[in-house]
Amino acid sequence: MNTLQGYPVGLIGNFDLYAPKLVDREEYFSPGHRACQGCGEALAVRLMCKALGKDTVIINATGCMEVVSSLYPTTAWKLPWIHVAFPNAAAVGSGVEAGLKALRRKGRIPDRDVKAVAMGGDGGTLDIGIQALSGAMERGHDLLYVCFDNEAYMNTGIQRSSATPFGASTTTAPPGAVSMGNKTWKKNLPEIMVAHNIPYVATACNSYPLDFINKVQKARSIKGPSYIHCLSVCPTGWRSPSETCIKMGRLAVETGVFPLYEVENGKYNMTVSMPETLRPIEDYIKHQGRFRHLSPEQIRIFQDRTNLEYKKLLDKIEHSRSWDEISAE
Amino acid sequence: MANKKWPEDWQDVTPGCIVFEAGNASQYHTGSWRAQRPIWDNEKCIKCGVCYIYCPEGCIIEREDGFFEANLDYCKGCGICAHECWPLAIKMVEEG
Amino acid sequence: MGERKGMEIALAAAEAVALCKPDVIAAYPITPNTHIPEHLSDIVAEGRLDAEFICVESEHSALSACMGASGAGARAFTATSSQGLLYMAEVMPIASSMRLPIVMALGNRSLSGPLSIWNDHSDIMSQRDTGWISLFAANGQEVIDMMIQAFKIAEDRNVMLPINVNLDGFQLTHVVEVMDFPLQEEVDDFLPIYQPYASLHPDHPCSMGALGLPEIYAEATKAREAAMVNSKETILKVWDEWERHFGRRYDPVQSYKIEGAEIAMLTMGSMSDTAEVAIDALRAQGVPIGLLKLMLWRPFPYDELKKAVKGVKSLIVMDRCVSFGGPGGPVASEIRSALYNEPRRPDITNYIFGLGGRDVAVEDFIKMIDKVRFADKKTSKEHYEFYGVRGE
Repeated sequence: MNTLQGYPVGLIGNFDLYAPKLVDREEYFSPGHRACQGCGEALAVRLMCKALGKDTVIINATGCMEVVSSLYPTTAWKLPWIHVAFPNAAAVGSGVEAGLKALRRKGRIPDRDVKAVAMGGDGGTLDIGIQALSGAMERGHDLLYVCFDNEAYMNTGIQRSSATPFGASTTTAPPGAVSMGNKTWKKNLPEIMVAHNIPYVATACNSYPLDFINKVQKARSIKGPSYIHCLSVCPTGWRSPSETCIKMGRLAVETGVFPLYEVENGKYNMTVSMPETLRPIEDYIKHQGRFRHLSPEQIRIFQDRTNLEYKKLLDKIEHSRSWDEISAE
Repeated sequence: MANKKWPEDWQDVTPGCIVFEAGNASQYHTGSWRAQRPIWDNEKCIKCGVCYIYCPEGCIIEREDGFFEANLDYCKGCGICAHECWPLAIKMVEEG
Repeated sequence: MGERKGMEIALAAAEAVALCKPDVIAAYPITPNTHIPEHLSDIVAEGRLDAEFICVESEHSALSACMGASGAGARAFTATSSQGLLYMAEVMPIASSMRLPIVMALGNRSLSGPLSIWNDHSDIMSQRDTGWISLFAANGQEVIDMMIQAFKIAEDRNVMLPINVNLDGFQLTHVVEVMDFPLQEEVDDFLPIYQPYASLHPDHPCSMGALGLPEIYAEATKAREAAMVNSKETILKVWDEWERHFGRRYDPVQSYKIEGAEIAMLTMGSMSDTAEVAIDALRAQGVPIGLLKLMLWRPFPYDELKKAVKGVKSLIVMDRCVSFGGPGGPVASEIRSALYNEPRRPDITNYIFGLGGRDVAVEDFIKMIDKVRFADKKTSKEHYEFYGVRGE
């Protein structure tokens, strides 16, 4: 059933109905890739490539997207693409950026901008890849890093990652007689990225294509490090019907579980307007098998913490000032 | 379903297993995966392009007349387009 | 013809690399090879070398950054030792399988357990099977020469493999020697600008780093093995060219006073120079002994080895690491394997010595040789023997 009927006007107003027709028609991520049906991450990658355009080099960590797109002797990529290993997308990306910089300076490649964009899943970014990411962002490479967060190590069969939400069932943190599933709160990597003092950090979601495309284009234009954390709905791993992929992302935003915002030079802004009252968590988790086992008490804990994190964000949005503003006074 | 073409001999493997044909994954027709397919009712379609933007395969194409259809070589039948369509112009119909 | 200068060999290695004009250098410090990236960063900071020096946050990222740079078509260099090499071990076979001609200077240092910053060969031996070309330098001149040769060998279209140049930590890295440095023009003449076989650029997009199903992995591996085996031809060509340009001769197996030798000692790395002095002393006493110096470790020089040991009755193979619970030293086990099918092959004695930086003097070499000379008829029943370890 159609999910947009009855939604608060604010959200509809942000989604220009006919804007999809203005988006670049080129499919840089070609059909024929082996992603699951209804894969939100594949959709997000497709959208990201449209935003980036052809003068891009993609550096991909091992994970769902890498595996489904690069089965030798085929490739779904129409952009130049390199995959090396699991933890090092940001490090390989640093090398690509430095290599292109040196070659352009020495006149060995044409004198025009080619952007290095590294991408990885939540595993390859928040866990095994966090060292390389921190190093790359700290060194200030002209590198955009996009994390496609489907909230578990999906490619190896739905194991728990530090991005797995509270209470979710995964194969390594399963619910049982003495366990409630995942006990920990989602690691806030966008905050860690802000702490690296990089000029642009944003959260995004495959269900808000234009917001995501705008953010990718903004990040691309920055001469320096930037980071986008894209929630990517995984119907397979979240145990929800494939056709509700987009709806799940919208509910994640509207319940405040994953608000969409950006931080430009230290100033926080919400980019997709939120309803006055957040929708209750139940609206989001009742559609997903990974939360099926939660008790009312556990759901309450989840709701309380979500409210707190959302308030913390609103606080930052209200009180944060850009670095320029702070240094000017 | 397209044929998988493995290099015949080891001498045919490209150095480093580099793939030079950009986007040649399109040789593999994922359409064989689906259990249901989307059918557009162009009486209701408002040509907004929402189905096009939300397809994870990128296989929904805009025709000359401005209406949309799925390229059945690739459509996996996930149902997102039907679910997201504003005027409810798309229905998922069982295969076979 | 070249500039004669005295300096610490690690600094000389950096100078040699700078002569090759790398585009990207990504390295993490680790004793004893730290002086190499340090000096390179000095050279870049002084404006003598136009390169991107990335202060990576780990060795894993060092090799990964080199892979990204090389993939983009840039000439990339890194340097490490021991634990650093193990940290980048995940990426080692990938650099080889993706056919990226990265050059690495390896200041050989023993692997941890107990922690040791001193020299032996356990680090490189742990990475034997990763598909990198491996050269071993015995002195400062060889370090300079091999660093420059390495770029040319690696980037050749018939090779396209990463290459490591091994120099003993402290024994070479921190030793001051007088060496002949080629001039920049001479190196420019010898080593052309890197023309990659494939590179990451939107004007010619390609995908590097594929997923290989069982239907293809075996063929890809065979192709890689063939590339490694065939690279020897290019290595020999480059060495011939080097001799023409610079007058210094390099061979996979170099022999010293081997004419008429009944006993031969086989060495790799800095121990070779010390062994030569021992050989001289013994030859002066009339002992029919010679030295075989292995300069090329991978691809293993089967033909050259077989030729070199013709007529030798007793071969003493020197190893500076041990394969625990296995056949002793890796060099000896490979030599044994290489000579297994030969109708006439020498008795092989394997000494494991000089571990963790233990100093081995000329007298020790003589002792080891004498033990073999004056042993009972057959060589020791043990596969291998530790030399210089206190206790029975």
